[in-house]
Amino acid sequence: MGYEQFKTRAEGVSAEVYRFNTKDNALGFIIDFLRKEGLADTPNACALWAECSFLDGMNLDELQGNAGLKFEVTSELATHAKFGISQMEWALADTGSLAQNSSAIEQRLVSSLSTIHIALVPTSGIIPDMPTLLTKIHPEDCSYIAMITGPSRTADIERVLTIGVHGPERLIIVFVDEMGGNN
Amino acid sequence: MGNEFKESISKAINNANLTGALGKFSEAYKVNRAKAYEGIDFEELRGKIAELKSYAASHLDELSAQFTQNAEASGATVFRTNDPAKVREYILKVAQDNNVKAVVKSKSMATEEIHLNPYLEKAGIEVGETDLGEWIIQLAGQTPSHMVMPAIHMTKEEVSDLFSKEVKERLTSDIPRLVKVAREKLRPSFLAADMGISGGNIAVAETGSIVLMTNEGNARLVTSLPRIHIALIGIEKLIEKYSDIATILKALPRSATAQLLTSYVSIITGPTPNTDGSMKDLHIILMDNRRTEMAADPKFKQALQCIRCASCLNVCPIFRLVGGHVFGKVYTGGIGTILTAWFDELKKTEDIQGLCIQCGACKDVCPGKIDIPDLIMEIRRRLVQEQGVPLLQKTIYAVVNNRKLFHGMLRAASIAGKPFTSGKFIRHLPLFLADLTDGRSLPAIAAEPFRDRFKKIKQPIMKEKAVFYAGCLIDFAYPEMGESLVKILNNAGIEVLFPEDQTCCGAPARYSGAYEVAETNAIDNIKALLSVDATYVISACPTCTVALAHEFISTFESLRQTEWMPKAKELADKTIDFSVLVKKLVDEGRLSLKEGQKLGKITYHDSCHLKRTLKVSEQPRELLQRAGYELVEMFECDTCCGMGGSYSMKLPEISAPILQRKLRNIKDTGAAIVAMDCPGCVMQIRGGLDQDGANIKVRHSVELLSDQLDLKC
Repeated sequence: MGYEQFKTRAEGVSAEVYRFNTKDNALGFIIDFLRKEGLADTPNACALWAECSFLDGMNLDELQGNAGLKFEVTSELATHAKFGISQMEWALADTGSLAQNSSAIEQRLVSSLSTIHIALVPTSGIIPDMPTLLTKIHPEDCSYIAMITGPSRTADIERVLTIGVHGPERLIIVFVDEMGGNN
Repeated sequence: MGNEFKESISKAINNANLTGALGKFSEAYKVNRAKAYEGIDFEELRGKIAELKSYAASHLDELSAQFTQNAEASGATVFRTNDPAKVREYILKVAQDNNVKAVVKSKSMATEEIHLNPYLEKAGIEVGETDLGEWIIQLAGQTPSHMVMPAIHMTKEEVSDLFSKEVKERLTSDIPRLVKVAREKLRPSFLAADMGISGGNIAVAETGSIVLMTNEGNARLVTSLPRIHIALIGIEKLIEKYSDIATILKALPRSATAQLLTSYVSIITGPTPNTDGSMKDLHIILMDNRRTEMAADPKFKQALQCIRCASCLNVCPIFRLVGGHVFGKVYTGGIGTILTAWFDELKKTEDIQGLCIQCGACKDVCPGKIDIPDLIMEIRRRLVQEQGVPLLQKTIYAVVNNRKLFHGMLRAASIAGKPFTSGKFIRHLPLFLADLTDGRSLPAIAAEPFRDRFKKIKQPIMKEKAVFYAGCLIDFAYPEMGESLVKILNNAGIEVLFPEDQTCCGAPARYSGAYEVAETNAIDNIKALLSVDATYVISACPTCTVALAHEFISTFESLRQTEWMPKAKELADKTIDFSVLVKKLVDEGRLSLKEGQKLGKITYHDSCHLKRTLKVSEQPRELLQRAGYELVEMFECDTCCGMGGSYSMKLPEISAPILQRKLRNIKDTGAAIVAMDCPGCVMQIRGGLDQDGANIKVRHSVELLSDQLDLKC
């Protein structure tokens, strides 16, 4: 119920939504996606993956065997990177929004400078709406709460909706059932 | 109104790009907004917003102190000042102390309010706007024309010219390409800037947090990449509780751009790490600039409930014609007029307050529940208090306040108008009065006013009585409407009384800010209308009904007139609009309309005061359909016709295109008749269709219904 509503709302604002039962399947999808979209070890085609619990227990060295996939996030790399990957803890069903504790700058760099942002979300992180979110995340524990709803957009020229101004042109949301999530 | 102002209006109206873009946007906005609010109880939501913002406005000092304490505890530096000059100095000092060469900004109306950019630039600091719309107008050397969509007045061709110059490459007007150019051009500025300046959509006292919303993602970069972040926030953005963020965010994007949520929302509480591992230098400036003074004003306090969505601009029939620049350099539209009166000065609104036609469309959609038209009236009243009424108007009001003289002149006009009259209309007036008949014929003054005709109507003596308040238009221009009304009421067993001392309802004076004149009109009418015993005081002019039922009281309140207040309330209780009473009589079985009639297609125009002040829109439709008309709704049926009482005479250049749009919508229905319940709208629309030549009858419901009475009962 929550997932279907989220998917409809998120797709309504041009996000792309996928769902996998296991972390392995999700990882397989992401690697395939990156390759298909031209991942390469050049500044303009690399992917930056910000620290997250999805990566716990994974062999990062092996993953870096995919040329261009990096786990080191700097603004110099992020400003050119084609892909940014991060984990968002919550998904708000009624607006199709994602939310996370974004206090670490790396989380914001990969999700705001890249051309394509891939957001991993534990399926258990789906919540009804913003009032619920505000009961789960509080400024006392978090100096930068970030919400993301679809890709970057503008209608500042003749009111024509155009995607990808300063932020990502595409937002790929990948739900993983197997992840417990932090909530 | 000043010549310069009149010129700016005519320049805007003749700018086809501007009116085209705004017109298209306003049409789409209404549909999209309704869709965005589907499943949400808007009245309940705005009730909550009004309550929490009103609470904040009453506790600005406490909330500012609480905010400061909490934000500082989390590591931010907070500076509070009433003085815009001190804000500018503070920002410059932080910049100079930290050797800042370049600043990037995300959209902030507060920085526009204090003209920050030129100040910093003069001190040798490079300032870059990063919101696409703001960047466009910065390159063009202009000011924003809309709070949410600053460059809505510009075409893609103009933008491509500006960008071409900037990137030194000839660009086409392909919008996605232009957007990409902006992305590429601005990206290095974010990385190079030492300071980011933002506004703030909300400031939360309980946590010391600021909330920033953008669609482009520039606020995320402005608050993340440069090592210093300064947020400039007007103290009206303060709310008490963290959980209240959700309430405001439910309305703000829906009302602003018909989105469920903007692409990005950031809630920032204290500094975060920079890219080099150091901590951000975060400064939050709480700017007062007369907001506390505003909160202490019993009338204007409610303006602090504004959440800056600009929906009042989006639904305004005037704004969509003239755009923002006519209003001035910072805040535009309805709420902009009010904010300008305070943040700038009252005198600055001398001209722009006159743009408001008092149609009430903005009040209907305001998520802060602000009575914008009423506050604009209050501005008018205070201007008149300060500066007096212009001489010409003064002469007119002197006449209006003397009923015998006024009515005598109207009678004389029916004769004097003859040379210009053809049939029922005045088609052309000479010389400077010609504008009044531009696109619209005026009704000829009736040879015999209603007050004279009434004496000749033979009414049976009936137990129940109703006083008829005719108003000037029915009395002197459309007496036949009054006769129809008498016929209908008599048929329902109600005898009509017409106290002859009734006079102008005072609306023209009130809407011009001349409250003392309106007060005299009100007292004269109260005396006349309560002089006889009757169940109802009925009016077939919604503007007059609103005057009798609401405005006599509020005029007295404004002037602290207490002597006549009880009588004003007594009159208000008795006052009823024509269609409401007739619907009631039909429902009670006291009045019957002919059965089984097939009268053809009709379309209905909602008059502003009837629909939005008196909340009546279904009754006349039901009556007309019951009489046998087939109702075809026109597009924008409840958008103002451009009459607005004397508005059409003061600003005919705005009134005329509003009327043209209305006529087009009427014609598009294919209906042979357009019905309405206001003689002012009849005057405007009938006059417009006369010059247009379209074969469509314009009728007050009272005329249509009186022809369809089932006289058997």
